[in-house]
Formats: sequence, structure tokens, C-alpha cells
Amino acid sequence: MPGRMAQWGNDLYTGKRSYNIVGTKNRWFALGGAVVLAAVVLLTTVGLNLGIAFRGGSEFTVPGVADVAEQPALDAVAQIEGADPPRVSVVGSDSIRVQTSRLTDDETDELANLLADAYGVDKDQVGSSFIGATWGKDVTSKAMRGLVIFLVLVAAVLTVYFRDWRMAVSGIVALLHDVAITVGVYAAVGWEVTPATMIGFLTILGYSLYDTVVVFDKVRENVAKVLDQKRYTFGELANLAVNQTLVRSLNTSVVAVLPVASILFIGAFLLGAGTLRDIALALFVGILVGTFSSVFLATPLLVWLREREPHIREHNALVTKARAAVVTEDGAEEQVRVRVGALVPGEHQGNRAQPRRKNSSRPAGRKS
Amino acid sequence: MRPLVTLALLVIGLVAALVAGERWSDASLTPQLALDLEGGTEVILRPVATTGEDVTDAAIAQAIDIIRQRVDASGVAEAEITSQGGSNIVVGLPGTPSEETLRLVKESAQLVFRPVLVVANPEPYDPTAVADPTVPTDDAAVGDGATDEGATGTEDGAGTADQVSKAATGEGDGGSGDSGSGDSATPANPSDLSWLTADLTTQLNELDCTDPANLVGGASRVGDPNAGFVTCAVDGTAKYALGPVEITGDLVSSASSGLRVTAQGAITNERVVNLEFNSEGTRIFADTTERLLSLEAPRNQFAIVLDGLVISAPQVNSVIPDGGAEISGNFTTAAANTLARQLNFGSLPLTFEVQSEEQISATLGDEQLQRGLLAGLIGLILVGLYSLGQYRALGFVTIASLVVAGALAFLTITVLSWVQGYRLSLPGVAGLIVAIGITADSFIVYFERIKDELREGRPLAAAVDAGWSRAKRTILASDAVSLLAAVVLYFLAVGGVRGFAFTLGLTTVIDLIIVFLFTHPVMLLLSRRRFFAEGHRFSGLDPSLLGARSRYVGRGKVREPEPAAGAPQPVAAGVGDWMTIAERKAAQRAAAGEHAQAEGKDA
Repeated sequence: MPGRMAQWGNDLYTGKRSYNIVGTKNRWFALGGAVVLAAVVLLTTVGLNLGIAFRGGSEFTVPGVADVAEQPALDAVAQIEGADPPRVSVVGSDSIRVQTSRLTDDETDELANLLADAYGVDKDQVGSSFIGATWGKDVTSKAMRGLVIFLVLVAAVLTVYFRDWRMAVSGIVALLHDVAITVGVYAAVGWEVTPATMIGFLTILGYSLYDTVVVFDKVRENVAKVLDQKRYTFGELANLAVNQTLVRSLNTSVVAVLPVASILFIGAFLLGAGTLRDIALALFVGILVGTFSSVFLATPLLVWLREREPHIREHNALVTKARAAVVTEDGAEEQVRVRVGALVPGEHQGNRAQPRRKNSSRPAGRKS
Repeated sequence: MRPLVTLALLVIGLVAALVAGERWSDASLTPQLALDLEGGTEVILRPVATTGEDVTDAAIAQAIDIIRQRVDASGVAEAEITSQGGSNIVVGLPGTPSEETLRLVKESAQLVFRPVLVVANPEPYDPTAVADPTVPTDDAAVGDGATDEGATGTEDGAGTADQVSKAATGEGDGGSGDSGSGDSATPANPSDLSWLTADLTTQLNELDCTDPANLVGGASRVGDPNAGFVTCAVDGTAKYALGPVEITGDLVSSASSGLRVTAQGAITNERVVNLEFNSEGTRIFADTTERLLSLEAPRNQFAIVLDGLVISAPQVNSVIPDGGAEISGNFTTAAANTLARQLNFGSLPLTFEVQSEEQISATLGDEQLQRGLLAGLIGLILVGLYSLGQYRALGFVTIASLVVAGALAFLTITVLSWVQGYRLSLPGVAGLIVAIGITADSFIVYFERIKDELREGRPLAAAVDAGWSRAKRTILASDAVSLLAAVVLYFLAVGGVRGFAFTLGLTTVIDLIIVFLFTHPVMLLLSRRRFFAEGHRFSGLDPSLLGARSRYVGRGKVREPEPAAGAPQPVAAGVGDWMTIAERKAAQRAAAGEHAQAEGKDA
């Protein structure tokens, strides 16, 4: 398999084998756009199931407990319909504290009874109150402010590094696509969004840009001298870059997804709801979507933006003309299909290929 | 192999620091865990109603915000702060927080500036001893900015102002005429002695600043901002009668602590807190200093009052137009830092009383952490297997790099949790596991570049060099983006997001260290080994597998062109038969020739 993979990599590198990703860009734009649209619709209709860290909730304190096990509290809360899985902790040496989503008065009474039974204390001793959000609006607003400033800065940095603002725009569009879909999946699945999930979303943000920058670096290298030659168009060279980094993109996403998948598997199937599952789902979806967008969205979008520039359009026309010229010379009418690939060094043709001396002083007739 | 030595020294240094720290300080050999994994201390604060103000939700929210910023500024401990029952504030701090951290949470830090009317010895009674200007507490002086050793322009200004101020103090009797004006007169300005009502004079006489009970600042001692005020110096060496509040702490735009710099630019040993006012504060402060400058001692002093106690009462030597002030006192380094931190984030809108302070257990069991680590281990093994499959022997380089990266991450986190108060939460653990992927990506980019170079027909040593110079650029660019995200979020966000940013920055830096100091040097070493240089089948760098053929076959001969090399067969894959223009022409010519031949036969 590695042999075949290496062969596949070679073919992609030399252009012997090539996937026309840039040429079919409308298909990918439609696909990405549709999924993002679905995610946005889900987010606005179904919405996210924000956990108690964001909305606040109800808190119960059971004092004077003989056995400070957590399980009875988990079981008690599970009996209340609609209550989120609780956070249970031991306060001091003999008090149990249970935090769950905000309950109605009736439910509060019911849960207080259940907890009192579960821990064998008097019902009146179970205290209850409302708690505010630990991840309040100020945390979110500050994070958002940080993100906006980060995006502005990163756009500036990418523009300077690639000397092209269109790369920055394409990278950020791909990033928004990834984050929108990842968040959308949470709305679809309906899992509780916890601070851990938020951290997962943020990680995806970083990963998506990172992934795109690696592909763009190859694009930049390939198209650096695009205007100095008439062999290939901008789009073809960019497509070649995507193909040449395809093995890397594939390997990277597999390597990144393997640990995440193992967390997701262990988190979801062995532990049930919890921090690990929350963060792993976000990462799992995000890494897959991020790889998709860096291959199928970012570069095609860049090509689309660049091809709106007059000098790139002129260059494209020039390349087409040069190809057409070759065809007319030979009298063939069918369209020339050009192999876009890294220039493979030629073979040594032997002495015969050397230019012949045109010195008349040499005896004529020695033609070969 | 200097990079490898550097890396080894780095690791040895970290280990040595840890072991030494464990032996002689309070470091431990494992990272400290955050609230969710280890539990900690929970402080419940109940707001104390001061001057009849209602406890509004907005005030609670603001208080939470300020407490969070203060705690964040002291490290990356990821405190959990929330309101309870609408009015209480619950602060969860991981582990056993230090006294200093608890103070950050509890103290309100109400800072005001009031003009000094009278300074007296700390003992009670003795009305005749009022207004002794030689009380030895405040030899601190306020210079112009008093800190900028670099700004020569400012220094010049300060110098001249100093001389002027001496002359002004010499005259000194401009204000003394006011001292006779009785209680009935409306005070002309905050330094007017008519603020000192009979009532206040009695209070001043009775106040005992040698009694430790009077030296505890707090909400109840802040006093009416629009009236005269009597209080003690925080160290109990003097008592003061002060005018109404002129500047409040919310006009301070930033505060920092440092060593005091004299007007000559010499650095002294004294700890001070430097304040910068915002534009409004600067204007008021300029007016105040201008007015005080013309008054006689002690009324040319202003008192800096924190939570109702005078922490410093410097004399005004010059007008300060640029809004820079310096608070001096007998600060320890820690106290100066704490004060600067409190002032930086503003004073709490409310004052609080600690209702309870209790230990709480972790909200996530040991099970979560263990399973998380197990998942990480499984992930690492899978990554190792995949790399071996993809890169053969090179996979071992990946695995070794990841192991070194893991060890480095563990050491750094342990050292940081000792030095910086960093604490590892479960999302942090997950972040580290994800970092495996991002770190491994650097190797993948590097290896793929080397392969590309091999495909171009370069021998391995040259391919490693060329591949590295190209991969380096990509790795640096992509890591710079991650680092930028980490830095921006670390400085702008709060709470859990800040913890995330820290982990991201840390793993990115470790990634760079590993690629530059480990993976690349190891590749350089390996590229000289025959196993790799000759492209063994299992080296992962077999040129023939990569479709590269060296054209030089030795003994001055080059490979003869293969028959098929001229016109490669079109590959039917992906998008179809692609040929270069030259190939196309050749094929057409061949076709045309055949056609002609066929025609010739026909004829």
C-alpha cells in the first residue's frame, strides 16, 4: 500500500495524474455553501443547547452526608426530565453539591426530595438556589473581541506574507465555513455545549487556518512566476499545488484525526456525556471539514478571485492563444489538453543531440 | 550536532530546575491540575451594603468581571466565578490558593485621592499638636511622571518645576489666611480648611491610629466622598484630616509596579506603583497639583487613600500635566504587584464579606483524566503505526520526535505550573492530545518536501537540504498563524479561553523547538547513513519508489533514454489523457506519418 501511495504521490507531483479541483470549483462552492446554509438554518431554528456554564442553573446542597459518593446524585438528577447531566462535587468534608440546568419550582421540590432520600438526610436540610453562569456574557464578549482582532491581524499578516490579500480572504472564508459547520453539527446533534466545546471550536479555528496556510504556501511557490511563462494558466498552477499537497493533506488529517477519534470513541462510548466527548466531537468534525475546505474551497476561491483581475485574465487568454497556435499549425482542430506538472528533467540524448558544428573548413558529409 | 546538544541542555535544564524546585521549593514533579480535575477552594462573597446603594445585577456582573481579571492577571489558574442566588459571588480557585490570591479576590480596592488638610501624630487627643508638618511618614515626593528616564524633555520640565516649587513653598502664606475661616463658610476648593468641621476635628482628636483595629481598610471606612474625612496611615504612623475626594480610582487608566526612578534617572531600591491617568484624570490631576503647589505644608500634600486608609501622602513639588503619578510607601515587591494589579482593573463596585471558604472536590472524576490519557496513548500508538506504514523507517523519526515533544510538553507544563501557577484542565489535556496532530504535520510537510526533491532526481543529502529550506518556510508561516492566535487570545480573552490560548501557544512553540532542534538534525544525521542515503526499500526514501532515476550511472556514463521515454503513455485517471504540447505534436506527427504511409500504399 505505501508503494502504491508513493506512486500515487509521484503521479500527483509530476502531474501524470491530476484531480481537476480548481476546474470544478462551482461544484465545491455549491456543496460548501449548501452545508453552511444548512448549519445556519439549524443554528437559527434549533439553536445550540447551551449548558449551565452559559445559562446558569439550579444548585442543591445536601449537608451532613455520611457517604459522599457521587452516584446517588447522578441517579437522582437522571429521574428529572429535561435536567442536564449534573456537576457533582463534595464541599467541605460532608456536603454534596449538585448543579444542573435551571428547574421549575415543582422540579426543584422533587429533586430536593430525591436527593434527601438518596443521601438519607432530612428534606428540609437540602438547600437550593439559582446560580449564575460561570462562562458569562463578559467571557464570550471578550473572546469575540479577541477573535475579531485576531482575524484582522491574521488577514494583515497573511497579506504581507503572501503579498496577496486574496489569499487572506480565501483563508478566512474557509475558516468561517469550518467553524459554521462544526457549530452547526452541535445544533444538529443537540449535545450540550460546555466550555470544553467552546475550546474545541477555538482549536478548530486555529487548525483550519494552519491547514490552509500550508496549502497556500505551495500555491504561492507554484504561481510565483506565473506571468513570466505562457505554458500554464494561474488556475492550472494552483490546481497543481493542491494536487502536490494532497498526500500531505491526507496524511496530516489522518494523523490529527486518529487521537481525536480515540478520545471521541472513549469519551462517547465508555464515559458517556462529559468534557472529553464534548471537545472530541467538535474536533473530529472540525478537522475533517477543515481538511475539506483547505483542499476544495480555499484554493478554488483564490483562483476565482484572482481570475477577476485583468492581468490574470489577459495571461489566461495568452496561454489559450499559444495553445491554439500550436493546434492550427498542425491543422488539428480538437482542443489541446495540457499536462500540468512539475517539470521533469529530460534524459540525456547522447552526442547526437548536440548542435552540429557549422564550420565549413571541416570535411562535409559527416552527418552523423 | 549543536541543535541536538541545545535540545539536550534544554531538557536537562528543565529537569534540573524541577528537581531543585521540588527539593528546595514548592515545586512538584507532576503538573498541577485545575479546578475540574483537582477541586480547590470555594469562596462565597456576600456584598455589604455601604452607603445605602442597592446591590444591582449590573454591579454584581461588574464585580465578577473585575475579580476574574484580577485572578487571570496572577497566572493562568482558570478560576471559576459565578453569581449565586442573585447577589452572592462564588469564586472557585484550584488547589489551595495563597493568601495573596485570596486578597485579590476579596479586597475591593477603592482608590481615591484627597487633599491633605492636617497631619497629626497617631496617638489620640492632644488637639494642640495638630498640624505638625514634620511627621516622618511621607518623604515621598511626586515628580513629573517621576519615571521616564528616557524622556529628556520631561526631565527638563521637572527640573525647572522643582525650582519653581521650592520658591512657591518658600512664600507659603497664600493659603494660610484661609485657615481662620470658620465652619460657616462654603469651602472654596477641596484644600480649604473649612472642610474641617468641628465634628471632624473631634473625630481627628479621638482617632487612635496605634490601635490595629483602626488599621484595617474596608467598605465601612471609605467615607463620604463629598465631605472631609479623617483616617490613619496604613502603617499606623500618622493620622490625617483630608478634604473631599478629588480623583477616583476609575480615572486611572493603568497601573504598574516597579523600582522607583529618581528625577536624575537613577534607579533606587524602593518599590513604587506608577499610575497613568486617563484624559479626564490627567486634567483634574494637573489642576490639583497646580493648586497644591502654592499651599504651605502639609496642605501641599495629597493623600492616596485605598479602602479608607492613607497608603501614601506625597508632597507636590511640581505641576503634573501628563497624568503620571507614583505611589510610594513601604511596599514589599508582592504588595506593590498586588496593588498595581488591583488598580489596573478598577475597584469593585461593591465591597464583600467572605461568607464561607471551603474545600470543594473535583467536578470530574479521576476516571475522566485517566480515560483521557488512555485515549491520548491509543491515539499516539495509532499515529505511530500510520507513520510507519506511510514513511517506513522515517516513521521512527516521527515517533521519536513525538515522544521528545511529549516529554518537553510535560516538563514545560510542570515547570510553568510551579513558576506561573499554570493548571492543567481536562480541555487542556484534550488540547495537548490534538497537538500531536499539529506537531506531526510539521514532520509530514518536511518529509513530503524531501520526497519532492528526491523526485527531482537529487541525492538524499541534497534533497534533505533543499527540502528543509522549503519546508522551513511553510512550517514557520503556519506556526506563526497559530502563535498569533495564541498571543491575541491570551491577552484579550479571559477565563477558559485564556487557558486555551496558553496551551495553544505552548504546543506551537514546542512544535517549532522539536522540528528545528530534533527532527531536522536527526534527518541530517540519517541522510548520511547508507541505509537511507542509498534508499533502502524500507527507508521510506527509496528513489525508485518515488519515481526518480538518477541519470548518472557511474563511470562517466549516463543512462540511455528508454524507448518509451519519448512519448509516455497517457494515463487514464482523474481527468484523462494529458500531454505536453511537445508530446501532442509528436503524436500528431506520428499519426500524420502513418496516415501518409497508408495513403501511399493506397495510391
